[in-house]
Amino acid sequence: MTTLAAALAASDGRAAGPTADEAGAPAVRVRGVRREFAGRAVLAGIDLDIAPGEFVALLGRSGSGKSTLLRILAGLDPDATGHATVPDRNAVVFQDPRLLPWARVLDNVALGLKGKGARAAAGAALAEVGLGGHERAWPATLSGGEAQRAALARALVRSPGLLLLDEPFGALDALTRIRMHTLLRDLCRRHRPAVLLVTHDVDEAILLADRVLVLTDGRLSLDEPVRLAEARHRSDREFGALRARLLAELGVTDDETDGETGEEMSIETDVGAE
Amino acid sequence: MTTAVFDGQGAGAVLDGSGGPAAPGAQAAPGTQPHRAGKPGRAAPGGGPAGRVEIALADPDRPARRPVPRGLRRLLGPVLLVALWQVGSSAGLIDSSVLAGPWTVLHTGYDLAADGTLHENLLVSLRRVALGLVLGVGAAVVLAVVAGLFRLGEDLVDAPVQILRAVPILGLVPLAILWFGIGEQVKIFLVALGTAFPVYINTFAAIRGVDARFMELARTVRLSRAAVIRRVVLPGALPGFLVGLRFALTVSWLVLVVSEQINASSGIGYLMDQARTFGQTDVIVVGLAVYGLLGLLSDALVRLLERHALAWRRGLEAT
Ligand SMILES: Nc1ncnc2c1ncn2[C@@H]1O[C@H](COP(=O)(O)OP(=O)(O)OP(=O)(O)O)[C@@H](O)[C@H]1O
Ligand SMILES: [Mg+2]
Repeated sequence: MTTLAAALAASDGRAAGPTADEAGAPAVRVRGVRREFAGRAVLAGIDLDIAPGEFVALLGRSGSGKSTLLRILAGLDPDATGHATVPDRNAVVFQDPRLLPWARVLDNVALGLKGKGARAAAGAALAEVGLGGHERAWPATLSGGEAQRAALARALVRSPGLLLLDEPFGALDALTRIRMHTLLRDLCRRHRPAVLLVTHDVDEAILLADRVLVLTDGRLSLDEPVRLAEARHRSDREFGALRARLLAELGVTDDETDGETGEEMSIETDVGAE
Repeated sequence: MTTAVFDGQGAGAVLDGSGGPAAPGAQAAPGTQPHRAGKPGRAAPGGGPAGRVEIALADPDRPARRPVPRGLRRLLGPVLLVALWQVGSSAGLIDSSVLAGPWTVLHTGYDLAADGTLHENLLVSLRRVALGLVLGVGAAVVLAVVAGLFRLGEDLVDAPVQILRAVPILGLVPLAILWFGIGEQVKIFLVALGTAFPVYINTFAAIRGVDARFMELARTVRLSRAAVIRRVVLPGALPGFLVGLRFALTVSWLVLVVSEQINASSGIGYLMDQARTFGQTDVIVVGLAVYGLLGLLSDALVRLLERHALAWRRGLEAT
């Protein structure tokens, strides 16, 4: 475990927020984390626990501070205040694949790994995301989905205790995104990291997460477990109800989105069978 | 001076190299319907009366024209020029005390090469440039890394370099002679100094231009400081460094020519200066040709290096 508190300027302890459901120490423990930009509090005291192996999705409007929170947990923001404890090994997948263009795919995945087995492990991770055979390719020659899968492999090969995902599929087309959802779900089931997935896609959050958070005005305004069966369908009544609740929390009425999601729904139903 | 732009081959290429774009049906064989591009609703800028543009595409049935190789076509101009020069010299229109004819020059070149004079002096010149380049480029890269990565380094290094850069290198010749005398050192020093500036400036800018997102990535995968430099900063700055290197090569020959003609007892520049005192324009032209060839050769060398070192960009640059 690493305590980021050293990096985050200490502030006096705030009232403890919700604790992890499971027994034992949570993988992520966040208390009273604040972040201001030019006097404006983007995060106004966040309390959050994530249990080991738990998949949490973080929703919020654009500019609500989702990426800011994720960057704090990744240790990329030394100016935040409060307390945060995260696992020693964590890995980040950004919205862009962020592969070093001058390093071959395998070297990108193995970046920063030490020891003899590093390259073999990177190769195995590539095979796991379906990129076996692309080890010696240059990142510039990968398609968008392939590059994002390579980024996922780079995160997984570190066997992270915490996997931080910042809208990792935002730039992908609907079909590729569905593939990536299935892949991510399978990989997380196998590796069991704690996951924080930042997304603006309510359906994605419900499909993948054990718990969904909504960030509004710098606070977690909603913290809702997803009580759905393993194979989730958008056509479920429960699914629809949860989606409506989340959208309401985000300040969108369901009617506004009906037209846009209707088409995807028929595609999405195939995924459960995969 | 070479330009800072990479070879623009293929940039802005025309679709099939034959017809310009938007020549309606120009290439279409009779009877074949030219492809229509553009949706009816979308008005094309400067389009036809209906607001559409037809894009001339290659006709698959048209036999491929065998174009004259580009390199061959480009030789035409120089060959013509040399022919004119030869005719002028043979006809007595160009006096040999002004400019020796190409045939004479070739002959002299052969003689100089045969008796070893050319070879000897060429080696001396090459050695000066090579040593100067190694010193200059090496120092420039170290300084650029220091200035590019550390705030203090930038304050200490960048400001003085930017000021010194304003001084024309060749203006330093008198001072350099006072410091180093007229031996080898002064020439190597001048070449080193002249090449250090373009390399430093381009490399420093390139290091600063390395995408901050990659630095962030380096932190999330916990790269050590040394690994960040080796895996992220240096490869990211390599394209800029190579641009600087090409400038540096041009500068190196320039500085060498001048310093060898001012005070030297060997080298190609010395050979030319000697020839001047005896009015041997043929030797001077041989020297010029050698310098030209060396310039071309070193440029080709950097291109080769570029092709090899920047192979990862090929995916972006091709097509
Ligand atoms: N480095 C910065 N300097 C100033 N303001 C910033 C900085 N980073 C973020 N902000 C501000 O903080 C707010 C939250 O930004 P953040 O990137 O966390 O939003 P987000 O929830 O991830 O939005 P999106 O869904 O659009 O990615 C925004 O209003 C943004 O302008
Ligand atoms: Mg964001």
